[in-house]
Amino acid sequence: MPHPIVPQKTYVIVFLCLIGLTILTTAIAFVDLGPFNTVAALAIAFSKMLLVILFFMGVRHSSGLVRIILVAGFFWLALLIAFTMSDYRTRFWTPAPDSWSITAPPTHP
Amino acid sequence: MTDAEAHAQHAGLAHQFEDLEQQQDSDFLGIWLFLVTEIMFFGGVFAAYAIYRWLYFAAFEGGSHILDVRLGAANTIVLLGSSLTMALSVRSAQTGNRRALVMFLIATMILGGIFLGVKAFEYNQKFVEHVVPSLDWAPEGQTLARLAPGGLDHAQLYFFFYFAMTGLHALHMIIGMGLLLWLVLRARKDAFTPHYFAPVEVVGLYWHFVDIVWIFLFPLLYLIGGRY
Amino acid sequence: MSTATLEPRVRARRNYLNADYGWKSWLFTLDHKRIALLYMVSVTFFFIIGGSFAVLMRIHLVEPQGLLVQPETYNKLFTLHGVVMIFFFLIPSIPAVLGNFLVPLMVGARDLAFPRLNLLSWYIYIVGGLFTLYSAIAGGVDTGWTFYTPYSSTYSNTQVTAVAIGVFITGFSSILTGLNFIVTIHKMRAPGLTWFRMPLFLWAMYATSIIMVLGTPVLAITVFLLALEHLFHVGIFSPALGGDPLLFQHLFWFYSHPAVYIMILPAMGVVSEIIACFSRKRIFGYKIVAFSSVAIAVLGFLVWGHHMFVTGQSVYAGLIFSMLSFLVAIPSAIKVFNWTSTLYKGSISYEAPMLYALGFIGLFTMGGLTGLFLASLATDVHLNGTYFIVAHFHYIMVGGAVMGYLGGIHFWWPKISGRKYPNMWAGIAAVIIFIGFNLTFFPQFILGYLGMPRRYAFYPAEFQVLNVMSSAGATVLGVGYLIPLIYLIWSMRYGPIAEPNPWGATGLEWTTSSPPPTENFAEIPVVTQEAYAYAPEEAAGD
Repeated sequence: MPHPIVPQKTYVIVFLCLIGLTILTTAIAFVDLGPFNTVAALAIAFSKMLLVILFFMGVRHSSGLVRIILVAGFFWLALLIAFTMSDYRTRFWTPAPDSWSITAPPTHP
Repeated sequence: MTDAEAHAQHAGLAHQFEDLEQQQDSDFLGIWLFLVTEIMFFGGVFAAYAIYRWLYFAAFEGGSHILDVRLGAANTIVLLGSSLTMALSVRSAQTGNRRALVMFLIATMILGGIFLGVKAFEYNQKFVEHVVPSLDWAPEGQTLARLAPGGLDHAQLYFFFYFAMTGLHALHMIIGMGLLLWLVLRARKDAFTPHYFAPVEVVGLYWHFVDIVWIFLFPLLYLIGGRY
Repeated sequence: MSTATLEPRVRARRNYLNADYGWKSWLFTLDHKRIALLYMVSVTFFFIIGGSFAVLMRIHLVEPQGLLVQPETYNKLFTLHGVVMIFFFLIPSIPAVLGNFLVPLMVGARDLAFPRLNLLSWYIYIVGGLFTLYSAIAGGVDTGWTFYTPYSSTYSNTQVTAVAIGVFITGFSSILTGLNFIVTIHKMRAPGLTWFRMPLFLWAMYATSIIMVLGTPVLAITVFLLALEHLFHVGIFSPALGGDPLLFQHLFWFYSHPAVYIMILPAMGVVSEIIACFSRKRIFGYKIVAFSSVAIAVLGFLVWGHHMFVTGQSVYAGLIFSMLSFLVAIPSAIKVFNWTSTLYKGSISYEAPMLYALGFIGLFTMGGLTGLFLASLATDVHLNGTYFIVAHFHYIMVGGAVMGYLGGIHFWWPKISGRKYPNMWAGIAAVIIFIGFNLTFFPQFILGYLGMPRRYAFYPAEFQVLNVMSSAGATVLGVGYLIPLIYLIWSMRYGPIAEPNPWGATGLEWTTSSPPPTENFAEIPVVTQEAYAYAPEEAAGD
């Protein structure tokens, strides 16, 4: 892929950012933020991934086709997770009518 | 066309392609499509992980706290370093610097080897602590105290994911090491020029992808819930 | 026809078949056309194996108490029938045989983008097939081709791991083929061949390849996790540790539903080519048909839960999956309308490929419409797990995909082999197949509606008449499949020599000789016309 030669300095800076984010995510784990621990960890992981994709993998300079393919891949994974999760999240939503208790007889005809 | 280009044209061009640009475009499209298949492959087990982590959060949290966070973080930095050296090796090929290319490729291999070594140590630790599903599942003492609140059965699920996901990742790393070795051998024989270094970039893309998988594995396996 | 043997043996021009001799030139070939023939022989072999299991099943079901085998063996028969037919015949068939042969020719290239990956994909397919054959010989598998847990992961003591490995390996064959096609179609189209000048077969291959690339990896990880669980007796799919068997089903069907579109989209592409040629007309609504292929590929990924309506899945998820399943029927219906509109006022001739294509349209429509009963939650409760489902998918996979494959083989046979086959026998075989097929599977709709469960080795006596009808039909169908095998092999030596374009069809593959030279074209063609530039007054070829 004929993309411009990236200066060494850029790669090193990206690497240092990645180290920083790693230290950050590890440090945050030692602070109890409840559900936000997960949010923070995922957000940082996404940022690290973006840095690797854009700079190390050269997607910053790549064609639109490559970007569409990448986005499609992640989108498809999101579909898998979202639709499957939707089953688990909604499985017990259907309320059972309270007249179906096995110990008490029905109170209405 | 310069002499170098003509040489590259003759040397690296496969018969089904009209020119080197078409070939390189195709090579890169091919590797990106392959990486998409890898996204879906790992994605399947990530999806299963997501379901069970939601269902059995306490057990996953307990299991996660048994892992050594500092070792995991250090290993993450080692692997990120290998991505840096990989990117630098591609850049060296791009600038025609053969010595630097070989040096950075070897550095990538060394860092990858360190990562795998640490992983082997961690796996051994799991045997010492008896938290290996099916093969050695008998947690005791403080380990048992950490796992019991979430349920020992569900904790075994967590460790199944630990081994399956990091195992698959390690397998991909080992394949990557093989590819790197192949690149080193070819590079030393002057196979790559600034006009033809697609194999280096292709292996680079694969290596970065494996790194990205670990970027997610680290927080998802080691950093569940708050610690201490 | 029969006088062909008396003609003087003309020395054939250099082509891909006679370019080189010896087993090495075949087993180490990089020529996409030779690889297509390697696949053709292999998928035929597996079709015979899978068909044999079916024959045994239909013989067994002639008697209500079962005629032939023990129930445990019957379970192994339907499992292996499914595994072999789906993974080793239907999924590779059109893509790996016709696709491999035609995609480079249709785009005007000398080969696919990655010829070595192409050969590798065939070897991977063979290794996967060997694992599966081993599992069959070493005792078989009795879980059903769907491998539902926890039976497959925990309780079955059959060769689950071996067949899981076989399926895992074969998946990569599919992935590599799809990858190759996508890159070839994107990057190697001849000058002037824009996306909307491509034959619809290429659009079908492209859409199929998207599914192969995005879906197959999920099957791979699923059977991998299943094999781990079966091997180590611990895993995520059985309740023992708190796992959910439904998770296996989600992951399994995420691939396996789109897989059915892998099986049907290529056949639809074939039908578009045949209908256009034998009506001497441009396909009505070319762009809509092209987009509908991609729409099916995309929507097909959103409906997998309709296999799980009665398994304990959330009712709300079921609602969404049901609605999306109705939606995915629309692009398929659009294609049927477009084909029939193409036929309208066309100059129609009834050569063998056309008979298969017309049969496809009718049978696929029936299969598709019966799918709507299954997509609807309430009726699915009654019909799920019965022979109605068996009939539904066989109408699509056999009445649709197999007829599409045979139609394609008959259409492109002169190009592939350089020979013509006897049209009378081809027509007779097509009719026998059509009759045998309907006799086999229509009674199964009725059986299912009346309540006969599928995957049962015995049934209530009142269902016997319909079962015997179905088995009789299977015999006719088997005879029908044998006939092309005979005359196609016969034609390779004794058939009349084919000219470059015996049907007078449009498309770049018809501009080169029959069979093509190894490099496909003397010069890379330049495309200046739209697809299907048929003049309506043109007489049918031959």
